[in-house]
Amino acid sequence: MAQQGTAAGTRAGAGHAPVPRAKVLSRELSVFYGEKQALFDIALDINANQVTSLIGPSGCGKSTFLRCINRMNDVIDTCRVTGSIRLDGHEVYDPMVDVVSLRRRVGMVFQKPNPFPKSIFENVAYGPKIHGLTKGRGELEELVVSSLVRAGLFEEVKDRLQEPGTSLSGGQQQRLCIARAIAVGPEVILMDEPCSALDPIATARIEELIDELRQTYTIVVVTHSMQQAARISQRTAFFHLGVLVEAGDTSKIFTNPEDGRTQDYITGRFG
Amino acid sequence: MNSGDSAAHAGGAPAEESKILRRRHRADRRFRLYGLSAVAIALLALVGLLGGIGWNGISAFHHHQLLLDVELDRAVLGLPAAPDVDESALRTANYTAAIRERLRELHPEVSGRKQKRSLYALVSSIAGFELQRLVLADPGLLETSVSLALPLSDEAGRYLKGDISRDSEESRRKLKDDQLDWLDAWAAQGLIERRFHTRFFTGGDSREPEVAGLGGALLGSLWTLLVTLALSFPIGVAAAVHLEEFAPRGRVTDFLEVNINNLAAVPSIVYGLLGLAVFLNFMALPRSAPVVGGLVLALMTMPTIIIAARAALRAVPPSIREAALGVGASPPQVVAHHVLPLALPGILTGTIIGMARALGETAPLLMIGMVAFIADPPTGPLAPSTVLPVQIYLWAESPERAFQELTFGAILVLVGFLLLMNAIAIVLRNRSEQSW
Repeated sequence: MAQQGTAAGTRAGAGHAPVPRAKVLSRELSVFYGEKQALFDIALDINANQVTSLIGPSGCGKSTFLRCINRMNDVIDTCRVTGSIRLDGHEVYDPMVDVVSLRRRVGMVFQKPNPFPKSIFENVAYGPKIHGLTKGRGELEELVVSSLVRAGLFEEVKDRLQEPGTSLSGGQQQRLCIARAIAVGPEVILMDEPCSALDPIATARIEELIDELRQTYTIVVVTHSMQQAARISQRTAFFHLGVLVEAGDTSKIFTNPEDGRTQDYITGRFG
Repeated sequence: MNSGDSAAHAGGAPAEESKILRRRHRADRRFRLYGLSAVAIALLALVGLLGGIGWNGISAFHHHQLLLDVELDRAVLGLPAAPDVDESALRTANYTAAIRERLRELHPEVSGRKQKRSLYALVSSIAGFELQRLVLADPGLLETSVSLALPLSDEAGRYLKGDISRDSEESRRKLKDDQLDWLDAWAAQGLIERRFHTRFFTGGDSREPEVAGLGGALLGSLWTLLVTLALSFPIGVAAAVHLEEFAPRGRVTDFLEVNINNLAAVPSIVYGLLGLAVFLNFMALPRSAPVVGGLVLALMTMPTIIIAARAALRAVPPSIREAALGVGASPPQVVAHHVLPLALPGILTGTIIGMARALGETAPLLMIGMVAFIADPPTGPLAPSTVLPVQIYLWAESPERAFQELTFGAILVLVGFLLLMNAIAIVLRNRSEQSW
């Protein structure tokens, strides 16, 4: 499963000295689904304690890239990864890497809110439980409460922690999923179009939350909304047809892009 | 009817348009009528079938008994006068004589061997055993008078239930006119009592219809299904989980899937032959035993359970798996903590339907000897026994007319259990229809 990365791992380092603040760093990263190549030689740095937006038209590979960071692509049988992607300098696709502990460090929030069909409390407590992060019920309860507080959900659900997570509204469910991701103490949080299923008010709340969370975590957000990328992210990467066209400071990408395709995309000429 | 005609109307004037509309509405009504009549025919058939069985079988649930005060006189029983009698003497004493003595007292007018014999024939031939059982349990009853409720013979029972009419020609019925007179007299004196037929549900099989019961078959079915469930459920679910969640997609998995689907369609008697060859001849397991029946039915049910379990597992949304993987659950944890609990109602539904099929299965059990006449209810999974559908089969081909009623009664019990199991399956399925 995890052997793909090693061959190219040695190739990666030499020419590119790692940027000091880079939390996640990819070089010559290519991904194949069977015969079809989905990503071509991606070289992208994701800086610590920043929000990085991945934008681009549907099917451009941004979600595929996101899913390389916590190896969620492993569950797809036909998926093959070559090249290098490093978290804190350690190869993510190293066969020695334990996927479970990797995913503890790299949390994920999905496009559609997907709380477990269990109580709100159990949703947040599940991660800490399976990783054995807390000793005793009291500590677990504290962790659940603090995670819900950080996700900005606690005030709304504090009287009904035993009710099913699926009974919440869409926006609340998504914040519950964020609380669930936070509870295991990740360093990086990946968000795959976290607001695409939400109304504008719920979206605004999530965006606020993302901005707060940036203090503690490195955040990567895939989004289809250019305005959202501009509002919440410090850096933006534009993907097109599996190629990383341009990456840089958000302000620069949106005001003065270097590549014509980026210009066309952000002005709405395609995609 | 004429396509050229309707094509001409296609974009026509309002009058022609309404004509098309009317024709379409007529076609709609006709279409609905076809569906409705199909449902009506199906319902009618079901009601007719169940109604017929119920009409014939419900009378098996009660029976008539003769209330007699029998004197347990030592001389009549053929016991010595000494106060202490050993058990073997008690066992072999002539209890039937005591009952006959009492019958003669009731009808002093009866004389002659032939007439006496027809009087005695009204009481079940096993009535003496009832009395024996009582006395063996409490020898102190000797030399006293005991009130008994004795089973009547099968033919007497049929007369009292109205199956035999006095108007029919005497030579064409087993009960003669004088016997009917006695029965009527007993009924008039209040000696005959109609009771719930407990023995029908608890007793073992018998050659005498009036005392034959389903108890043995019920216990046999229970043991058989327990063995079936204990084997097919865990193995079936484990196989389904592996195939659905862990096995790499490829030729081997496809091959297995095709074969599981084929196995689910194999006629059940083939499993019976397999059981005969493997479990009885090769492994020398006991004949007629629920454990072998359970093994055979487990083989038969397993493909059904695997298919149902795989469908239930596939129905769990991928988002739940992703959510669990995303917080760092290992694949076995994802399955054990999230996927399996969500799929369980569906798996249980499939299992219960498989079990219901196993409960009604006869053919494979005939091959492994569960078709024998076995009077004692089984004491365990290794004891010889029979099962409900086989009991029905056995009774259906017994010559005594009274077995016909028992057959229908047994079918009612079997159908009752099947309906119960299917109802549980429906409840589980409804409960599983939750949103995530």
